[in-house]
Amino acid sequence: MLTVENLSKTFHPGTVDEKKALNQISFHLKKGDFVTIIGSNGAGKSTLFNAICGDFMTDEGRILLDGQDITFKPSHVRSRDIGRLFQDPMRGSAPGMSIEENLALAAGNGGWFSGIKKSDREKFREQLALLDMGLENRMKQPVGLLSGGQRQALTLMMATLTVPKLLILDEHTAALDPATADKVLRITKEVVAKHNITTLMVTHNMQNALELGNRTFMMDSGHIVLDIQGEERSKLGVADLLERFRLGAGKNLDNDRILLS
Amino acid sequence: MNFIDVLSLGQTTLELGLICSLTVLALFLSYTMLNVCDLSTDGCFTLGASVGAIVAISGHPYLAIVAAMAAGVCSGFITALLQTKMGVDSLLAGIIVNTGLYSVNIAVMNGSSLLNMNKTVTIFTKMKALLSGTFLSGQYVLIVSLLAVALVVAFLTFFLRTKLGLAIRATGNNPDMVKSSSIDPVFTTIVGLCVANSFTALSGCLLSQSQKSTDINIGTGMVTIALASLLIGNAFMGRGSILKRAIGVVLGAIVFRVVYAIALRLQMPAFMLKLVSSVIVILAISGPYLKKQYPIIKRVMQGRMASKASDKAAKEDK
Ligand SMILES: Nc1ncnc2c1ncn2[C@@H]1O[C@H](COP(=O)(O)OP(=O)(O)OP(=O)(O)O)[C@@H](O)[C@H]1O
Ligand SMILES: [Mg+2]
Repeated sequence: MLTVENLSKTFHPGTVDEKKALNQISFHLKKGDFVTIIGSNGAGKSTLFNAICGDFMTDEGRILLDGQDITFKPSHVRSRDIGRLFQDPMRGSAPGMSIEENLALAAGNGGWFSGIKKSDREKFREQLALLDMGLENRMKQPVGLLSGGQRQALTLMMATLTVPKLLILDEHTAALDPATADKVLRITKEVVAKHNITTLMVTHNMQNALELGNRTFMMDSGHIVLDIQGEERSKLGVADLLERFRLGAGKNLDNDRILLS
Repeated sequence: MNFIDVLSLGQTTLELGLICSLTVLALFLSYTMLNVCDLSTDGCFTLGASVGAIVAISGHPYLAIVAAMAAGVCSGFITALLQTKMGVDSLLAGIIVNTGLYSVNIAVMNGSSLLNMNKTVTIFTKMKALLSGTFLSGQYVLIVSLLAVALVVAFLTFFLRTKLGLAIRATGNNPDMVKSSSIDPVFTTIVGLCVANSFTALSGCLLSQSQKSTDINIGTGMVTIALASLLIGNAFMGRGSILKRAIGVVLGAIVFRVVYAIALRLQMPAFMLKLVSSVIVILAISGPYLKKQYPIIKRVMQGRMASKASDKAAKEDK
């Protein structure tokens, strides 16, 4: 589904600030793969996501999504096939617009001049009810009134309303309190499983990294230093994971947001 | 001043408010919705007036309206292109286009800075002829402007709820979200500014035709006047449905003109109009800001006072 070949990106080349954030990264994901990614601060996790989504032009390499070369496509074109969530819950929805309007924008069906139809509303209501946050009764309210967790759950819904080919989650629960984070994570798991969405998720929670999905990448200094799946992965505990990281990267995993349990 | 005078003054005020509210509706789209402060408004207003006047004078009263709006679209397109594709800062783009339009407008008016339309057939004279003999015969300006405002408000309420309208609103409301979505902010900004500027030009066209003359300075200061009206309107009805807010904006434009008319009656000289609108904009924008800052200012003042007092006490101790 997603193929990344020799992807490289250097920020500020030729200056003292030169930073090789992605260094010849290659991997291939099958349809339905759910990869969790861990790594130290500044390892290049977010940069990898930004490169896949087209926030900047990469220096080298190719990105293929579902057989299509998207390396040179502008980000808003890629976004038709890629759903994306950030750490900041405020980033994914428009606070001054109602829940319903945000969803209509994300649904993306109909032409430019189509409005919100009754059938759309019903569909939104059903979907919102699945979140179990009472949002289905607040569809006309501006999104700015929602809590962070509610907004992140809504963003997740918006990202998956039309099922994307790829879902990209960059620590999307890191800014939420533990209970809400669990809830959003549970919804994530359900949505991804239901539609069999190919997913990349950065997390700082080691336990989640092992429990969720079917594959784990560990990143350091712009490399994927470890790529584990299958039986090898299922036997691993958090301590083993950290040890494997130390062996792969030649240093300890150093992340200020890390959660070991 | 007798009753008839008050009535006719009230009517002119209402007409002026309605015609100018079209510019305010344009800013409602560009400033409130798209979050772009479009400083080409003055020039675009005059562009609508001059293009409308020239086409009307050459004998096409209906085409004049269409041409004026089309000219507004072109002007909006250039302003938008400068800020989305050519690296010009958004405020600067408006200022540059505004300056350039001054020459364009004089060129459109065949090199003169004043066009007389006393004998020109316009949409207003057409309406006057249509209504002659009915009880509405004196109200042709009011009716034309009411129709125009109703059409624009209806269009905006429809448009801002379509998918394109939602995309434009999102562009203004959360640029971060739009950057990582399938909406192209370049496209939405261009569409938003084109539509907004067509309303501004329509406003200018109708004002000059209702006054039967076009002056190169007809649009000067319009952006501030319109902003003042917009902020007054927001104070009335800043929340709720788009329709409610759009109507609030129109009311804001009328209230602005009423307040101004009253001030004129109270011997305020006419040249004060622009200062008054500036002050209203300052109050409306800084007011809420200062109100938010007030607790901090208060805290600092109290802190200073307390430390002065303790300094004094320490000195006295010595
Ligand atoms: N736009 C940019 N310009 C310059 N340098 C950048 C830019 N984006 C990222 N970097 C640098 O690239 C490196 C990788 O950053 P990135 O944000 O991908 O790290 P990360 O793995 O997401 O870390 P964290 O766990 O802290 O989120 C960092 O050294 C960062 O300073
Ligand atoms: Mg990151």
